[in-house]
Order: sequence, then C-alpha cells, then structure tokens
Amino acid sequence: MKILVPVKRVASLDDEFELRDDGRDVDPDFCEFDLNEFDEYALETAVLIKESAPEGAVEVVVLTIGPDDADDTLRKALAKGADRAIRVDDADLGDADRVAIARAIAKVAEREEPGLVLCGAQSSDFGHAQTGMSVAALLGWPRVAVVSRLDYAPGTATATVERELEGGLVERLEVETPAVLTIQLGINTPRYASLRAIKQANAKAIESLAPADLGLSAGETGGAGALSRVRRVYVPERGKSEMIEGTPAQQAARLLEIIEEVQG
Amino acid sequence: MSGILVLAEHRRGELRAATLEAIGAAGQLKAAVGGEVSVAVIAADPSAFVPAVSVGAVDEVVTITAPEAATFEPHLYEQALNGLIAARKPALVLLPHSVDSWALAPAVAIANGLGFATDVFGLQVEDGAIVATRAGYQEKVFVEIDFPGREGVLVTLRGGAFEPASGPAQPRVTPFEAGDAQRRSRHLEWRDPPATGGIDIPGSPFILSIGRGVGDEANVSQFLELAEGLGATLGCSRPIADNGWLPKARQVGQSGQLAAKCNLYVAMGISGSVQHQWGMKHVENIIAVNKDPEASIFSIARYGIVGDMLEIAEEVRKQKGL
Ligand SMILES: Cc1cc2nc3c(=O)[nH]c(=O)nc-3n(C[C@H](O)[C@H](O)[C@H](O)COP(=O)(O)OP(=O)(O)OC[C@H]3O[C@@H](n4cnc5c(N)ncnc54)[C@H](O)[C@@H]3O)c2cc1C
Ligand SMILES: Nc1ncnc2c1ncn2[C@@H]1O[C@H](COP(=O)(O)O)[C@@H](O)[C@H]1O
Repeated sequence: MKILVPVKRVASLDDEFELRDDGRDVDPDFCEFDLNEFDEYALETAVLIKESAPEGAVEVVVLTIGPDDADDTLRKALAKGADRAIRVDDADLGDADRVAIARAIAKVAEREEPGLVLCGAQSSDFGHAQTGMSVAALLGWPRVAVVSRLDYAPGTATATVERELEGGLVERLEVETPAVLTIQLGINTPRYASLRAIKQANAKAIESLAPADLGLSAGETGGAGALSRVRRVYVPERGKSEMIEGTPAQQAARLLEIIEEVQG
Repeated sequence: MSGILVLAEHRRGELRAATLEAIGAAGQLKAAVGGEVSVAVIAADPSAFVPAVSVGAVDEVVTITAPEAATFEPHLYEQALNGLIAARKPALVLLPHSVDSWALAPAVAIANGLGFATDVFGLQVEDGAIVATRAGYQEKVFVEIDFPGREGVLVTLRGGAFEPASGPAQPRVTPFEAGDAQRRSRHLEWRDPPATGGIDIPGSPFILSIGRGVGDEANVSQFLELAEGLGATLGCSRPIADNGWLPKARQVGQSGQLAAKCNLYVAMGISGSVQHQWGMKHVENIIAVNKDPEASIFSIARYGIVGDMLEIAEEVRKQKGL
C-alpha cells in the first residue's frame, strides 16, 4: 500500500521585500523557502505507519507541485523517511490557485492509488486550508480535516481518527478508507534527518512530470482550473506599535514602567 | 442568482458564535449584493436553532432535516448544501473559517463552480462583483482576490473580523428537502480538553505569554518564575504546548484559550499567527517582544520591543530583583 504525502514549499519574506512588477505577488528574490511545517507532521505520520507495518508493505510517496528549486523540499522529505518523490512542474500552471493545484495532486493520486493521502492542515505562509480537502472532493474520497491522531492498519477499510476543534475539543471518529486527511501540528514529533539519510536523499532520483503528462486538460490547468484570482497584493497601512528603543536595559525598564502604569 | 446564503454552524446542541459574525457580514453586504439573506440550518432537528439565527438582516431560515447529522459530517452537509445552492443560486455563500468549514467548503465550491476564498476578513462589491481580502506571507501582506467568470462566490470568514449580528428578526422559515446522502465517517465520541489544573487564562487580567522564540525547553522554567514575580499568568503559543513544554491549559488561541478578561498581554517570541491572535488581539494593552521587526504581532500590539526575549527577560528580572 502507498501513502501519498503532498508537500508544499512555503515562503518567508526577507526583512525588506519588493512586489513583483505586476503587483500580484512578492518578488521571489525576497523569499526564503522551506518545507511547510504542517507537512513535516503529515510526513512523520506516514513514516510511522510504514515503520509499524511489515518491511516493504507500505511505500511513502511525496509529491510537490512547484519549480525545479522545489526539489530541495522533496529531498528534505526523502531524508526524513519518504521512499519516493514526484515533482509536477508548475511552469504551465500560471494563475493556479489552491483548487487548481489540487487538480494536479488528485491526478497523481489517481495514478498512484494510495490508501491514504496525508496533507498538511494548512500552509504556514498563506493558511488557505483548501488544498487537501479539495483533493478529497475531486477524488470523491472520504475526508477529515485537522487530524490530531490517526490509528490505521494498512489494508483495513476504516481508520480511527481524532480531529481537533476550536477550544481544543476533540472528536473521535471512524472514517472509510481510502481517505484524504489533513494533519494538525503536534500529532507527533517529526524526526531530524541523519547526515547519512541526507546523503542518500541527495542521490535519489526525483520523478519529474508536466501537467500534460497527468492528463489534465487545458480547462483544468492554471487559471482555467482555478476558482479565484489574485488581483493585487499590498502592504497594508495599519496600526504599528509604539516602538520602545534603546539598550535591552532601557527597554526592560520601560516595559516595567508600562506594566505598572496599566496595573495602576 | 441573487441573495446571500449563510450556513449556520452548531456543535453539541449550540449555535456557534461565528455564525452570528457571518450573519453580520451578510447584513453589511445585503444592499450591495441584492436579494435576501437566508440562513441554512442542517441538523437532526433544525427547528431548535431557528430562534438563535433569527437576528440582524435575516429574511429567511431554511431548515434541512438530516436525521444522521446529529454531529457535523462533511459528506452529509456537502450533499445538503449542494442541493440548496443548486436550487437557489445565491450570489454569495458565507461560512465561518472553522475546522468544520475546512472539510466542507472546498467540496461545495468545486461542485458548484463557485468562486472560492478562505480566511477572508474584508468583502466588497465592485461593479456587482465580489472582491475578497485576506492575508499572506504570515500576515505580512494583504491579498485582494476576485472571481472572474464566477456566478456565485463562497467565502469562509476569519473569526472576529465582522461584527456579530444583533437585534431580533422575524424571518420566514422554509423547510428544504435535501435528499438522501451517504455518510463516509461516523462520530464515536467527544473528548473535552484536559482539565486546566487551576490555570486560568480566561479569567486572568495580566498574561505573559511565550512562543517558539523561547528556543529550548530549558528556558521555559525561568519564564514561569518571571510571570509569577510580575503577578502574571504564564501563557503560551501552540508549539510550546504541542512540545509538552507547558500544559495545554496555558495555550492561548483558537484551539486553546481565549484571554477573555485580559487587560495586559506581554507576547514574547510569538509571531502573531491568526490562530494565536484570535485568543488575544482584543486585549487593550499588548506588549510584543520579538527579534523580527516585521513580525505581524507588532501590527496589533500597542507597544513593541525589537529584541531577544531572553535578554529582555534577564534585564527585567535584574531590575525587579527577581
Ligand atoms: C486549526 C489550528 C489551530 C491552531 N490553534 C492555535 C492556538 O490556539 N494557539 C496558537 O498559538 N497557535 C495555534 N495554531 C498554530 C499557529 O498557526 C502557529 O503555528 C503558531 O501560533 C506559531 O507559534 P509561535 O508564534 O510561537 O511560533 P512562530 O510562528 O515560529 O514564531 C516564533 C517567533 O519568535 C521570534 N523569535 C525567535 N527567537 C526569538 C528570540 N530569541 N527573542 C524574541 N523573539 C524571537 C521569531 O521572530 C518569530 O516571530 C493553530 C493552527 C491551526 C491549523
Ligand atoms: N504546491 C503544492 N504541492 C503539493 N502539495 C501542496 C501544494 N500546495 C499545498 N499543498 C498541500 O496542501 C497543504 C496546505 O494547504 P493550503 O493551506 O490549502 O495551501 C500542504 O500542507 C500540502 O499538503
């Protein structure tokens, strides 16, 4: 059985950044990229299932939709226990939104026929919380969002999961498989990759596909397959704190003063 | 194609407050969008929720009786909502940006070909078209989204972004037959969060919270002492509770506690994610200490210190003689 883990390369902005010329995104030159934190937990969940099954019974496949540079993200996932990696090149995906990305992921899932698809609950940069559940909808598979515990024996027809709700309330439920689950932070403790694993990951091949290879029609790719379009990105004018300057000693003194003022 | 449809969210027999915010948003947009405001209630006994959603600008409550939907089940809800949207063709569908909606909204948007945006905190109508605003790059930029070619739009609304509807309304109540649906998951049990062991985040007037900037578990205990010395309750962000460095009862935010009675909140090494902000951004006096001058916590804090939380804490202790 396979477990498919779609992973996203997320961006964090440099202290100073500029927008792209069309004003619809930040210029990627001012971004640093890393594996989405939520995906570390999804991947670990998959690897733990593999490790508790008989040797060779479970294969963990990671997938990203992104440019060449996103191979680094896949290598990180390989070093942390994934067996195989696929990248669908996003050069032709243009104005794809999360739903259009999900269309590509769903096509890969149809090819790989995994028993589970484990996504992150959301991306740490944009927090759309759309992609994983869109994949489920496109596949017509059962789904649970924000999973904080998973009990699943490969090959069984159901999994027992817990989903974490507002206020920390937990619902335990049983869900039919194959299913798409989105994984919440804290479900496990993601491992560090050993130096040896990093070396091995760097030597592994990454399967590279184009959207056309997946059988996505023109009406499903990029902007045509999207349900939304970014019109403009801007840095908001908004309330900025009154900054307390000075040495740490001066800053601490002012902090104590404010505490006293507020407490009266 | 007109009108606004709000889906009521309820859990364990109670309407969730986020529904009132969605109704409030519908009220604000009603004139610009045109048509009526309807609230759909999907439940085993939807009539029980009719009084609670009869508020603000609501013209109609649509009750969908789904005997199996005693608890939220995304596939049952999806079927019911798809039926209603196909019949009514609303111009705008509003849901809270809640964990239930995360499992539901994408399926409904895709099935009906609706424009779709999540975690939206601003909505406008321009030349008859909906424009939604949300944040990006850890809240550092705002993103305006439009929906070219889409006849209807579904958005999920950020908690706390819209004024909750208030004041009674006299809507008509319309039952709607949703047809049979197949559930794909089964509720087993609810588990309440662990007992707080006397830690009272909701009742505390002064909270000092630490986030991932604390760096290491070994650094945590000094902040317990610091909070105690200052007369504050120690709070934390989610990663600190997830790591088991502090009990969950100290976690501030959407999946933790609301700092309901707090007047002074010192956030150290906390970036200001939307989920953390949900629990504290209403506090009148927020002081943020963060080494990243662009951290989004500074956009809601009254006072800011750019610096190392360990260094600042050390100085505070020294000066206070703690
Ligand atoms: C459904 C759901 C529910 C959630 N519920 C909650 C919730 O209830 N509460 C919650 O907090 N989160 C919640 N989260 C998680 C949330 O999305 C963020 O991941 C989390 O809030 C980040 O915590 P943080 O700010 O401590 O860490 P980070 O975002 O990693 O920020 C750490 C900050 O510390 C700063 N820093 C680093 N070192 C130092 C130093 N030495 N001195 C000063 N500053 C330093 C950094 O500049 C950074 O800004 C939830 C997520 C989901 C999906
Ligand atoms: N480009 C991508 N390639 C692969 N998976 C992705 C991609 N974008 C999002 N995902 C998946 O969707 C999750 C985030 O959802 P969202 O917040 O909707 O972007 C991630 O944790 C991944 O599992």
